[in-house]
Amino acid sequence: MTRRNDKSTPSQGRTGQQRLTAESVTLAYDRRTVAEDLSVAIPDRSFTVIVGPNACGKSTLLRALSRLLKPAQGRVLLDGQAIGSLPARTVARNLGLLPQSSTAPDGITVAGLVARGRYPHQGLLRQWSAEDERIVEESMTATGVAALADRHVDELSGGQRQRVWIAMALAQQTPLLLLDEPTTYLDIQHQIDVLDLCADLHEQGRTLVAVLHDLNQAARYATHLIAMRDGRIEAEGRPGEILTAALVERVFGVSCRIIEDPESGTPLVIPAARRPSGGTADRGPGDGRSGEGQDGDAHDGDGQDGDSATAASGAAGRPAGSPAP
Amino acid sequence: MTDTPRTTPLPADPAPAARPVPVRITAVRTRGGLSLRLDARAALVCAALLLAALGVSVVLIGTGDFRIAPLDVLRTLTGHGTPAEEFVVRDLRLPRVAVGLLVGAALGMAGAAFQSVSRNPLGSPDVIGFGQGSAAGALVVIVLFKGTAYQVAAGSVAGGLLTGLAVYLLAWKRGVHGYRLVLVGIGASAVLSAVNSYLLVKADYVDAARAVVWLTGSLDGRDWDQVWPLLGACAVLMPLLLWQGPALRLTEMGDDTARGLGVPVERVRLTAVLAAVLLTASATAAAGPVAFIALTAPQLARRLSRSPGVGLLPSALMGAALLVTADWAAQRAFGSGQVPVGVATGVLGGGYLLWLLVTERRAGRI
Repeated sequence: MTRRNDKSTPSQGRTGQQRLTAESVTLAYDRRTVAEDLSVAIPDRSFTVIVGPNACGKSTLLRALSRLLKPAQGRVLLDGQAIGSLPARTVARNLGLLPQSSTAPDGITVAGLVARGRYPHQGLLRQWSAEDERIVEESMTATGVAALADRHVDELSGGQRQRVWIAMALAQQTPLLLLDEPTTYLDIQHQIDVLDLCADLHEQGRTLVAVLHDLNQAARYATHLIAMRDGRIEAEGRPGEILTAALVERVFGVSCRIIEDPESGTPLVIPAARRPSGGTADRGPGDGRSGEGQDGDAHDGDGQDGDSATAASGAAGRPAGSPAP
Repeated sequence: MTDTPRTTPLPADPAPAARPVPVRITAVRTRGGLSLRLDARAALVCAALLLAALGVSVVLIGTGDFRIAPLDVLRTLTGHGTPAEEFVVRDLRLPRVAVGLLVGAALGMAGAAFQSVSRNPLGSPDVIGFGQGSAAGALVVIVLFKGTAYQVAAGSVAGGLLTGLAVYLLAWKRGVHGYRLVLVGIGASAVLSAVNSYLLVKADYVDAARAVVWLTGSLDGRDWDQVWPLLGACAVLMPLLLWQGPALRLTEMGDDTARGLGVPVERVRLTAVLAAVLLTASATAAAGPVAFIALTAPQLARRLSRSPGVGLLPSALMGAALLVTADWAAQRAFGSGQVPVGVATGVLGGGYLLWLLVTERRAGRI
């Protein structure tokens, strides 16, 4: 499944440790600058998770890495070449993408949708090869939707639908897979389901980059965590090494305790309770702060933020913990 | 977006993987590694529509003051008719039917392209203003310059192109989006129809009568001079659109998804819009703004072939079949070509539009 189409792979193939990097990029929507002079390297074969409060630029960074957003300055490099200068199909054979929202055409079947993932490998006279068919079947099996192949996508549940979209990205057979909030709008069972699937894909040798909202899920699944705030990277590294109460306070403005996740041994963030007696908050009573803390973790608000491509969020969502006006 | 009750086992359950359903996508493959995707049902629908279009054409050629039986029409077309039949078929009715087929096909395919770009079944050129734009161009030539038929045709092409360009630019904001395109188009359509009314009021009686006939959309008196330019336009633009078809279909899933798959979204969309505007303008130049074919053909074809999204080729064939059928109905129902085909398509399309609005509303989409 991780086999690459060699013809399409730019020259520097596997020499570097980081196939996908951003070099001091400035990211902006129209006039509004989201991030300046931001550099990041995605370690190969990592499961990188980007976290941060609303409007911190994490989705924007992912959009830049997946060449949906052209940096105003700086470059995003795939195998040492500027991603914007590479042919769209070449990029699509190396880098798969699960955007925040996709629309399934009316009446399309699961197999039909997953088959669309083969597009970058197809041509005018190579429209549906035996290999395409095999890979689509494999992708559906890997995501557990093979039994649904003939079902219409619009009659599936949200969790099933997300699996189908992931299967489509899988059928692209890219060594890199970028996922923008893959668990938003899903209930807890499907969140875990999708994240387990991502972990499986990572174990099979892919490099995954995902934007997630839930810090504890991020800590549990990521091999490389990037914490962002106000368009800057505050910390990055293994979750067990970088995820401290001080970092959470600095990035999210939430006072908390960090304990060991009894299931996985990864850091578990326990936000301070609303009443001072309920927790060991290291700073004042924090009436307002705990409200903001909820804001930082709440999925509903974050989903809206993401939906408008973070464009509107500059006005709407000041990062939690920033001085109130 | 409502979640249906869960009917499959839990994700951790290995059962789904245990009994996979084979991928039902068929293709013709050669040993050399070539493969052509083939949807059996869509292919069947296309063949049936083509047969229907040609069959009605044969009947239509035989219809009129000088009646010819369908078999005699076929005999004449293969060069074995009487001189009188030869004249009626070759010089009078064949070009008219050919214009009808081409106009129908051009409008059907253009409609499919627009509906695909706008991701909206209402996003057809006659709803979003290109028909009105072409009409405005033609009216300016008729009323202000009293131009010849060719100048009227040129005026309508120019009007359609300018409208297309204006709507595209006005709807542009980091890319063109479905609803914006439809809304801007409806706005442009309203403005242009006011302009057209003004021109009609301003015109003298003779020009106004000519303009009204043109505005209805008619195939009367069309000869080979109208066939060739239209055929040329179709021969270039239709393959171009068909070539862009697979990429265009992917853009219906959203720009980000399509770009993730390696589709140069803006280029594909601009090509599709340009080709569709040119097709619409060429068709309008040949027959006037024939109503509703572009709106109805793609959706009817889609329902027949049960394919996801609108198909370009089935829509074109459906458009051709619809237009010749409407022309035949107009002639049979009201006698000897007194009623322009646009009236028949208007009745047909109006009914369809109502049905679409009602069913879409029931489905909760509008």
